[in-house]
Amino acid sequence: MQFMSRQKKLLPNSHTELYGQCLQFYGQPPLENIALSEFETFAVERLKLLKTVENLGVSYVKLSEQYTKKLDQESKNLNFPYRSGPSEIEKRRKDHISHFILRLAYCQTEDLRRWFIQQEVDLFRYRFSYLSSKQKLEFLHKNNLQYDAISVEEKKALQDKLVNSSYAVSGITVEDQDFYKVPFQDALDLVRTRKVYLKAGYVYIPHQDIVTIILNDFRTRLSKALALTARSLPAVHSDERLQPLLNHLSHAYVGQDYSIQKNVGKISLEQIDSLSGKSFPLCMRQLHQALRENHHLRHGGRMQYGLFLKGIGLSLEQALQFWRSEFIRGKVDADKFDKAYAYSIRHMFGKEGKRTDYTPYSCMKVILSNPPSQGDHHGCPFRHSDPELLKQKLQFYKVSPSGISQILELVKGMHYQLACQKYFELTHNVSDITFSLNHPNQYFVESQKVLGGGKDIKREMDTPQRSQENSDNLTLDLIRGTGELELCEYKCIFPKAKGNIG
Amino acid sequence: MPSSDYDPASLPDLLPLYYRRLFPFSQYYRWLNYGGVQKNYFQNREFSFTLKDDIYVRYQSFTTQNELEKEMQKMNPYKIDIGAIYSHRPNQHNTVKSGTFQALEKELVFDIDMTDYDDVRSCCSAADICCKCWTLMTIAIRILDRALREDFGFQHLLWVYSGRRGVHCWVCDEAARKLSVAARSAVAEYLSLIKGGEETVKKVVLTDPIHPFIRESLAVVERYFPRYALQEQDILGRKESVDKVLSLVPEDILFTVKELQQDFQNEKKPESRWKLVRDQATKKQATAKKGQYFEKEIMLQYCYPRLDVNVSKGVNHLLKSPFSVHPKTGRISVPINLKELDVFDPFAVPTISLICEELDRPRAGEDEEKSEESKDKENEKDAAERRKIRDYKRTTLAKYVKYFDQFLDAMARSWKGELLRKSDLQKEF
Repeated sequence: MQFMSRQKKLLPNSHTELYGQCLQFYGQPPLENIALSEFETFAVERLKLLKTVENLGVSYVKLSEQYTKKLDQESKNLNFPYRSGPSEIEKRRKDHISHFILRLAYCQTEDLRRWFIQQEVDLFRYRFSYLSSKQKLEFLHKNNLQYDAISVEEKKALQDKLVNSSYAVSGITVEDQDFYKVPFQDALDLVRTRKVYLKAGYVYIPHQDIVTIILNDFRTRLSKALALTARSLPAVHSDERLQPLLNHLSHAYVGQDYSIQKNVGKISLEQIDSLSGKSFPLCMRQLHQALRENHHLRHGGRMQYGLFLKGIGLSLEQALQFWRSEFIRGKVDADKFDKAYAYSIRHMFGKEGKRTDYTPYSCMKVILSNPPSQGDHHGCPFRHSDPELLKQKLQFYKVSPSGISQILELVKGMHYQLACQKYFELTHNVSDITFSLNHPNQYFVESQKVLGGGKDIKREMDTPQRSQENSDNLTLDLIRGTGELELCEYKCIFPKAKGNIG
Repeated sequence: MPSSDYDPASLPDLLPLYYRRLFPFSQYYRWLNYGGVQKNYFQNREFSFTLKDDIYVRYQSFTTQNELEKEMQKMNPYKIDIGAIYSHRPNQHNTVKSGTFQALEKELVFDIDMTDYDDVRSCCSAADICCKCWTLMTIAIRILDRALREDFGFQHLLWVYSGRRGVHCWVCDEAARKLSVAARSAVAEYLSLIKGGEETVKKVVLTDPIHPFIRESLAVVERYFPRYALQEQDILGRKESVDKVLSLVPEDILFTVKELQQDFQNEKKPESRWKLVRDQATKKQATAKKGQYFEKEIMLQYCYPRLDVNVSKGVNHLLKSPFSVHPKTGRISVPINLKELDVFDPFAVPTISLICEELDRPRAGEDEEKSEESKDKENEKDAAERRKIRDYKRTTLAKYVKYFDQFLDAMARSWKGELLRKSDLQKEF
């Protein structure tokens, strides 16, 4: 990999030019020199910001008052830009550089990329909401998103349909604003949620909703950029100063993923029934029960539950035995099981196909992706079950009435993980748990701790896999020595964006 | 009925005959080659075969129609699935550098399965279907076909009977084939109104304003609802059924539910009972409070199509091929002619045993032709070809292949335009 020859240091006052806009698309990588310590701090702080974005997104409706207030606060605390103003130049520089550093850390796997893109898009959406309509329109033009506005006659003809397609569009909106005809592929979020009028492959978007187009575009570009960055990564890894930091960044703050199996074989199949009542989170308890009752689970349930079992320590042989014995009790004969289902279990353990070792689903994944439909039992009961049915289920599991109403309150406020934590507290008879629940396997581990289940298990769990609480205290003296990093050396890694984006 | 003579054990004998004399290879190739507009489109397409004893082989690919024919006639697959067009020939994927072998394009597909309606049909469950619940498929096709054409602008849709309990839709437009995973998932979600699994009682919730797509879909449902739901499924007949329907009326108007239950004591006719429900809903709509569209929600929950989003999302997802045989029922996965949708009868779809039987029946006038041709040895090869072409025409399969031809003709017009455009571009420098 060839490095670009040394470039002149950029003069400080050109920062005013570079960072004139309050919001940017990260089209151009930073070219200046930067102290290694700054490199480190910038990255870690942006990561904290993105983690906040993630947590707020699960607990509150995006762009609601509480959401924006909390995000304002966090941006202020971490010294990131959140409003336009003269003192923002330094913050924008930090924003710019930290984004590109995190690209390096988060481009390497599909999961990391997905996480990073999701948070960056949400962050962008939040910042974009502070722009004036004029500034929003400028973005459209800078982006070469020249969509056609429809004629007044066409608007009149479509008036009823336009008004009925979106809560935010009234007769007045149609009269006052321009409506743009955009190919549906460029406005997927609006199509997915059916918040727009769609005809013959085009969506009709009022000026005020242009943000979704921009978000879509941002997401697509970032996705492509990350893929390109990943291919050029060997150059970065050869720099000994950076490699440990980047590795730390991509593991520490996303939390444990339970991908490395601990305690393999420490759990016997006979224990599973009792464990499901004592130490499984509600989602897995539900799946286990459905499996025992129906002797079958559909694909979504098999994945969610199967990976969870892998995470608590079931070996491949045990898993095969477990599923086989249950399915055979149902309509599946041994032969069919070996041919059809065994393959997918081995696949889960990374022994087939791409040989990816699938990681057990986090709460975020269970809550946000693949909602259950008819015949399914997977998902998060706090998110996906009817409140009435959830109540009945909790009653059946002997949760106290006051506990149940506390849980239902949390569910109503969309605090699903907090509701699960409350369920943990009530079923384990503890009052204030110290961990912040974000993974079903974490629930299991913590439950076993509380129940004092086995010294060996406990000891193994405390080994250096970093947990969320520890990450804040971990000192980052991984980078030896001081010195400067010439970011322009890494320009080759960052793909050239098409066209000049601000 | 002849089709009830189908016995799965006879497949090993019937399949060779089917693949040698009945499977419409030239139409099949014509379809998947898409006019030769894009290079290697057919060659890079993945097929998967399920062979005898459930042996499953993936990443099959073929260079020509002839190769496809020979291979299928050799392997006699029990099931055939069609996958995506990849970056390289699927049968060489092991030689490709890891990470570079990628699924690039595929038709946008939908799979509607009758099992997904088990909570709202009383006549059958699981893999069973009957003429009563088949109406659900008719409704699904009408709603989705309209939306895919009018809302999304797609033109080349092929609806296929799956052979047992559902239907598939293949959207073959170029734009559809090039859709990303995110786009496919967005289309599928746009078309989804039924949310929730076992744990959810009320699966459809409508809020103001009612989107034009929902209005159009409701119009279709309303056409079929009286006969399908009120009469055939009798959802307002037995108490159990009535309770289920009333459980979909919002709780905050419990009074309404009690009123209805009382009214139902005096009114036994389903149509009149439904009118009572509608009247209550109209009353509620006047107040414009939450949950006022419950009569629409009920109709949708009982009739609106349920699709499996996961089938539509993946570019590399494999789906049963048209003209494949269903091993359990013996029925051929035939294309459905939408002009005759209301009279489509899944039980009249030919089985492999039926059409093989029809092959053997001599037809008047053909015997003479046969003896003439056999005299002419030079023309033997041509005669065999001609006989092959005529073969499926002697069977019930004929009309389905003819309809498939019409579908391909319509698409061919667009390929012609594309080829012209490309050759024009090549002339320019």
